[in-house]
Amino acid sequence: MIPYAFEYRRAATLAEAQTLFADAPEAKFLAGGQTLIPTMKMRLASPSRLIDISGLKELSFIRADANAVSIGAGAKHFEVAAEVKRAIPALAHLAAHIGDPAVRHMGTIGGSVANNDPAADYPAALLGLGATVKTTARGIAADDFFTGMFETDLEDGEIVTEISFPIAERAGYAKFPNPASRYALAGVFVAKTKDGVRVAVTGAAPCVFRAPDMEAALSESFTPEAVAGIAIDAEGLNSDIHASAEYRSHLVTVMAKRAVAAALQG
Amino acid sequence: MTAITMTVNGKSVSADVEDRTLLVYFLREHLRLTGTHIGCDTSQCGACVVHVNGRAVKSCTMFVGQANGAEVTTIEGLAKDGALHPVQEAFRENHGLQCGFCTPGMIMTAVDMIRRVPDLDRARIRAELEGNICRCTGYHNIVSAIEDAAKKARSAA
Repeated sequence: MIPYAFEYRRAATLAEAQTLFADAPEAKFLAGGQTLIPTMKMRLASPSRLIDISGLKELSFIRADANAVSIGAGAKHFEVAAEVKRAIPALAHLAAHIGDPAVRHMGTIGGSVANNDPAADYPAALLGLGATVKTTARGIAADDFFTGMFETDLEDGEIVTEISFPIAERAGYAKFPNPASRYALAGVFVAKTKDGVRVAVTGAAPCVFRAPDMEAALSESFTPEAVAGIAIDAEGLNSDIHASAEYRSHLVTVMAKRAVAAALQG
Repeated sequence: MTAITMTVNGKSVSADVEDRTLLVYFLREHLRLTGTHIGCDTSQCGACVVHVNGRAVKSCTMFVGQANGAEVTTIEGLAKDGALHPVQEAFRENHGLQCGFCTPGMIMTAVDMIRRVPDLDRARIRAELEGNICRCTGYHNIVSAIEDAAKKARSAA
């Protein structure tokens, strides 16, 4: 499959990337390309110019201290999987199960977050841990960042530069992957933080969302049993050839139990 | 059009190609290295796996510009001086293929995983093969071939 024609430009700095974006009518930034390129091959996207920001040193770092882990937007999934094991094991586990090894060698956290695929894994971690998305313009709380299917609070030309994750007391992630694409049919990230319990669900609806009933139950008792009887209403969940809304609703409860169990082990 | 220069299997190559050229088409159609296969074309099957700067990637999901200046290794670059690479040899020994279509990608993935993962057991090999689809073998002999090659690589190290 051949995408529509476009112009490829590799940016040497963030500033150059923004200039290259400003003077093309339908420009897009290219990070790892593991979602964008398949989309372009299907001719569902046709940017006039691709600005490759995957090699930018400014975006390539992972730092951890006692309170937070800060990950440059250009960090690839395999790097996150290897380097945050001690600080946030649930995040390392999540990164280690995105796609497959070849995808993890290319895909980046910034690209995944900016794309906000409804079935991507990282949005659940950001929302579950209460992360902050830093961009070329500002910092945005995860609660405000993911606004809809493939939609975020990012303005045109704004580039995600860093994700900052507060370190939780406990955290766990469980997903039921589509057996072909490995995207989440349903994925649940739970975290016990100093500000309370957070539960984020990906894959089940058009956009990642929090599950307040599960959060309340887990605040009372942080055990798998606490969420076993709580179902997300199937109304509003995705229904497609891979899974019905009712099945996804069921999966969310099962994944929530597993995520809590993983959090208690980790 | 962009002028591309990269090292493929140890040799420097240059070409003017359309920006929308995928790495796999550059390898197959410009360089005539047709060992790298196109299976699903939707980033799932892994028949197109090559190494870019030493890491396994899907060449159908990478534009040639992204590999500009890189070192690329394809299945054609593994055998040295007429002798099969140990992973190729293990696939032959263990009958790790039937029709052979997925084999180049399987072998490139296997070489990468053996290099990366110190203690490969059969379960881990199966997990690492997540992105490579074989429609004939049922994977059993592919797993055996990789296990065999990994053991030999460890005892040689």
